[in-house]
Amino acid sequence: MANCLRDVPSRSPAATGVDGMPRVTYLSPSGVAHSVDVRAGDSVMQGAIANGIDGIVAECGGSASCATCHVYVDEAFLPLVGEVSPVEDEMLDFAASERQPNSRLGCQIAVTAGLDGLVVTLPERQV
Amino acid sequence: MAAATTLIIGASHAGVQTAASLRDNGYDGRIVMISDEAHLPYHRPPLSKTLAKPGGAALQVLRSARFFEDRRIEFVPDTRIATLAPNERRVVTADGAVIDYDALVLATGARPLVPPIPGRDLDGVMTLRSLDDALRLGEALQGADHVAIIGGGMIGLEFAAVAAGEGRQVTVIEAAPRILGRAVSAETADQLAAEHRRRGVTIVTGDSVLAIEGQTRVSAVVTKAGLRVPADLVLIAVGAIANAELAGDIGIGNREGIQVDTGLATAVPGIYAVGDCAHHPNTHAGASMRIESVQNATDQGRTVAAALTGGKARYTALPWFWSDQYELKLQIAGITQGHDLAVSRRDGPDGRLTVFCFRRGRLVGVESINNARTHMAARRLLGAGMTITAAQAADPDFDIGAAAKLIAAAE
Repeated sequence: MANCLRDVPSRSPAATGVDGMPRVTYLSPSGVAHSVDVRAGDSVMQGAIANGIDGIVAECGGSASCATCHVYVDEAFLPLVGEVSPVEDEMLDFAASERQPNSRLGCQIAVTAGLDGLVVTLPERQV
Repeated sequence: MAAATTLIIGASHAGVQTAASLRDNGYDGRIVMISDEAHLPYHRPPLSKTLAKPGGAALQVLRSARFFEDRRIEFVPDTRIATLAPNERRVVTADGAVIDYDALVLATGARPLVPPIPGRDLDGVMTLRSLDDALRLGEALQGADHVAIIGGGMIGLEFAAVAAGEGRQVTVIEAAPRILGRAVSAETADQLAAEHRRRGVTIVTGDSVLAIEGQTRVSAVVTKAGLRVPADLVLIAVGAIANAELAGDIGIGNREGIQVDTGLATAVPGIYAVGDCAHHPNTHAGASMRIESVQNATDQGRTVAAALTGGKARYTALPWFWSDQYELKLQIAGITQGHDLAVSRRDGPDGRLTVFCFRRGRLVGVESINNARTHMAARRLLGAGMTITAAQAADPDFDIGAAAKLIAAAE
């Protein structure tokens, strides 16, 4: 599904994904890596859903209402993934798995060309 | 031995969760999931929030096609069921295909209630339930100046926020004395109503629609009290009725829903019901009811999957809800209907409101606006069967978040 999409202009050679789509690696809690191409502008949560990645529940569909798309962002990318909004901050406090300094809701991170190569680790539990 | 087959009729939040949880629980039989829509199953809440506007957001699938393939979930779109033969454990589709099942999960949902108002068939009069409805509504909104919304419930108000945000002249007409009468406390409703009015929406309460006027297209809505509201787009959003005709044919359903027990089983062996259509004994409400929400749909899907794979099979999950209108995020933990005491607090940033609802001295639910921390804390507290006192609720120094963290630490 993620690979059949439209006229995304090809970008810098650094982009590793198909047709220049940014690539995101989702690490399972046990460390198994799934690297997939995510449509630019989609969220980290949507990238996981589109690619059938286990471990992202996304009950509320991306409105920061359920905290079931919790991810731990690789430290190297933390400065690049944007700020935590007040709502996200409060939801993360009560996520099913423990909040860490690098915790984010996947629905609140838009995957851009600048995030090509992003690595996130999924928590043990989302519900 | 031939593999068992679980047949799921309906492929929205409840049906999809049932299928996904069956596989998560190691179910190895055949899973067939039937939808009467053409699309891959999708998130419904955004339909009234971000989709029903000109050039609205894209559809959000619940799960990808690959997800269903990987898990051997046979998704059958565009298909309706004609007959149900429970003794043979067999259904026949409208196209004449025969499907034999071992377990049948009815996840048929609900549809908008359309009262017999004269003029309801005019062009420009719509309801909102499906993706196709949302796309039609968004397109109609593009060419509309005056929008009349019949019903001051969540769907009506969310669409009012969308239409007002697009600069349209919006009127909401609610028959009850106030908006959201069945859904939230007066104080929460008042804050939402005030925000709608601040954004230019006219809210009419205690008045009902007598007729929708127009030649072929709607031109106005006329009320009992004699108001004549110009309208080139009308949304009827006065509630929903369960899709329970199939169940009704075999004596387990009516307009109120499909009756199930706490394990979500109907009175007919092998047949279960989940989601919007399921009239279930709700432990938190202390009554049998239908609940239209994502939480109810997904948690009932999980429960029925557990029942079918031999695990825990009592539906006891705490209800929770949310609604986004303008910059206001309303979140509800528990069932606040029927409360006899409401203790409200306004603290923190502007617009932040919390209403603690009690029934017979016990906390039954918490409504909050722009206060996600309190919402999540309340979910944890109520989910653990805990309560707080009205005095604690009123005390500005009482921190429900800290109280909830203590529960987590003790568990």
